Amino acid sequence: MQKIVLLGDEAIAQGAIDAGVSAVYAYPGTPSTEITEYVLRSKEHKSGEVVATWTANEKTALEAAIGVSYAGKRTMACMKHVGMNVAADAFMNAPVTGVNGGLVIVSADDPSMHSSQNEQDSRYYGKFAQIPVLEPVNQQQAYDMMPYAFEMSERLNVPVLMRITTRLAHSRAGIVLGEKNPQNELSLPKNPRQFVLLPSIARTQYDMLLNNMPNIENESDEAGFNKYYEGSDKSMGIIATGIAYNYLMENFPEGIDFPVLNIVQYPLPKKMLTKLYNESDTIMVLEEGYPIVEEQLRGVMDNGKKIFGRLDGSLPRSGELNPNLVAKALKLEVPDINTVPKVVTPRPPALCAGCPHTDSYTALNMVMEEFGDGRVFSDIGCYTLAALEPLEAINSCVDMGASITMAKGAADAGLVPAVAVIGDSTFTHSGITGLLDAVNCKSPITVLILDNGTTGMTGGQNSQATGKIEDICKGLGVEEEHLHVINPIKKYHEENVAVIKKELEYNGVSVVIPRRECVITLGARIRAAKAKS
Amino acid sequence: MKKDIVLGGVGGQGILTIAATIGTAAVGSGLFLKQSEVHGMSQRGGDVMSNLRLSSNEIYSDLIPEGKADLIIGVEPMEALRHLNMLKPDGWLITNKKPFINIPNYPEVESVLIVVEKLNHHVSLDADTIAKNLGSMKAANMVMLGAAIPFIGLEFSAFENALKVIFGKKGQSIIDLNIKALQAGIKEAEKFL
Repeated sequence: MQKIVLLGDEAIAQGAIDAGVSAVYAYPGTPSTEITEYVLRSKEHKSGEVVATWTANEKTALEAAIGVSYAGKRTMACMKHVGMNVAADAFMNAPVTGVNGGLVIVSADDPSMHSSQNEQDSRYYGKFAQIPVLEPVNQQQAYDMMPYAFEMSERLNVPVLMRITTRLAHSRAGIVLGEKNPQNELSLPKNPRQFVLLPSIARTQYDMLLNNMPNIENESDEAGFNKYYEGSDKSMGIIATGIAYNYLMENFPEGIDFPVLNIVQYPLPKKMLTKLYNESDTIMVLEEGYPIVEEQLRGVMDNGKKIFGRLDGSLPRSGELNPNLVAKALKLEVPDINTVPKVVTPRPPALCAGCPHTDSYTALNMVMEEFGDGRVFSDIGCYTLAALEPLEAINSCVDMGASITMAKGAADAGLVPAVAVIGDSTFTHSGITGLLDAVNCKSPITVLILDNGTTGMTGGQNSQATGKIEDICKGLGVEEEHLHVINPIKKYHEENVAVIKKELEYNGVSVVIPRRECVITLGARIRAAKAKS
Repeated sequence: MKKDIVLGGVGGQGILTIAATIGTAAVGSGLFLKQSEVHGMSQRGGDVMSNLRLSSNEIYSDLIPEGKADLIIGVEPMEALRHLNMLKPDGWLITNKKPFINIPNYPEVESVLIVVEKLNHHVSLDADTIAKNLGSMKAANMVMLGAAIPFIGLEFSAFENALKVIFGKKGQSIIDLNIKALQAGIKEAEKFL
């Protein structure tokens, strides 16, 4: 059998293509980005067969996908876990409308926060929305699950959430590919009111979802993805969800004597879970993420069998799992570990040499000297690294778009001047509405929109507002005399300082756009041009 | 056959090219492979690592268990030592001696190399200079991979084939340069055996 080596993210993308997906939408975010990048590189996209595009944010991505589903075709929206919060409005209502064409949402969670602000577990979203959740055990299963996910979505009339975590997303393995399914034909929903969530219709639709729950639950026991491995040693039964199963088995290369339930599909498989609970003296729960299964198993009273997991300290309460943590929880022998020599010094990520953000912040820092600390609200992107030495230029990073709105709130509270620093892609994602709020209130804030023409942190994807930022600001009502484009480069340092200083003195909304291309995308562009010639 | 390899370096140094070459060579030799990488924020000049697992049997974990790695390949000496907790007691540490200094508090280079040289099983070489003498600084990664080849347990031809796959579009001269770099690395490693 021919195997191709793919990242977990890429296996999902190839799985979707082979499942007959018609359109894929996403906003880039680690560790989900490579799913859509793969589709964008595919011959199916290049030939026009599969639509794939970066969107302004995760909400617009999911809504576009719902539109594709309405039109009867298979579709996928991909995001990182915190993107689920942005898409949540659409995500919570899509199960109420149900689907026409199969709808799969992929959330790549980031436990241990390698590149994130929190480590929220998207399985809660699946439970919240009352839809099936798939959590593949490995790259091959991620691929294999995609045709099933679309088929189940159509058969049970619900969106399906696929939840993966960083280590599956960003690890390669050999994948055996299956057959390629044709795409669905264009077709309208049979019930013309299915997608009209007026209260009277929504109540009927919601009842349909609730009445469907037994089928959705039954699917977890019957579909064949959740696996029960019999074991002779009933002193402990082990539940391992998703890739936690791999960390368990890594410790038992010769096979395991305990009964093991590998859960990769939710709602929880009641029959299998009951069997494991009934036949085991104690239970160990291994989850890559929040202790969601463990919590349900314990209940409020926690007066059943002895349960080991994240809530009793057998495993750490936070962070991703690994083979050694699982070994310790199981009280297995752990090898002596070499200590890391003292000479090893931390090497945190930093802005690249020649990065335009460095020049923007150097100018801003100079201006801020006379106003004092605690006034610069920033956002999420490469430029967040300015919180660290040597720049130490920013005082906040909370969520996408929060720079402008937090600056407005702080100004409302009397912190004047307040400065917002946001990247061009983040501005498009969630900054525009906040700027409108500030303009409407004539808030005394200065907004720096750092325009490097790309979504830098995730590797240089298109930024949706490239070439449109001034017009967007003007359209929102930013006054032209308080809207400036500057070139963040050393030789213009003095002029840039003067522009920022002048606008900080203005008692209203001002916008300064430092514009210079990301050095990484610039380098790639030059190399590509050279290769061509 | 089972080999667990940790690759250490700095974001942008290109450890993923080494990983891809070993991975392609392993799959080409009919082995199972898992290759865990770092994408995202850390890639911006921070320390990065890749876990590479090759085996004739199915591999479960994407991550190598702590204290079980057969080999650490460092394209930078401090980054090689950063993952010493991963190495098994009789494992080998193969590292470039050339430091990559992008932090103000990088320790004295000598103090880093002394720790490397104290290890019973180590190979250290100046891959940058060797690559430069071969005609391209860019080949330093392949010199490092070459130095690791005696410890990986795959045929040299598997690596040659992998280079043809990975650098095929760049032309025969690039493939030849990289093959020479591998050979130069092997020669260096043999001094330590």
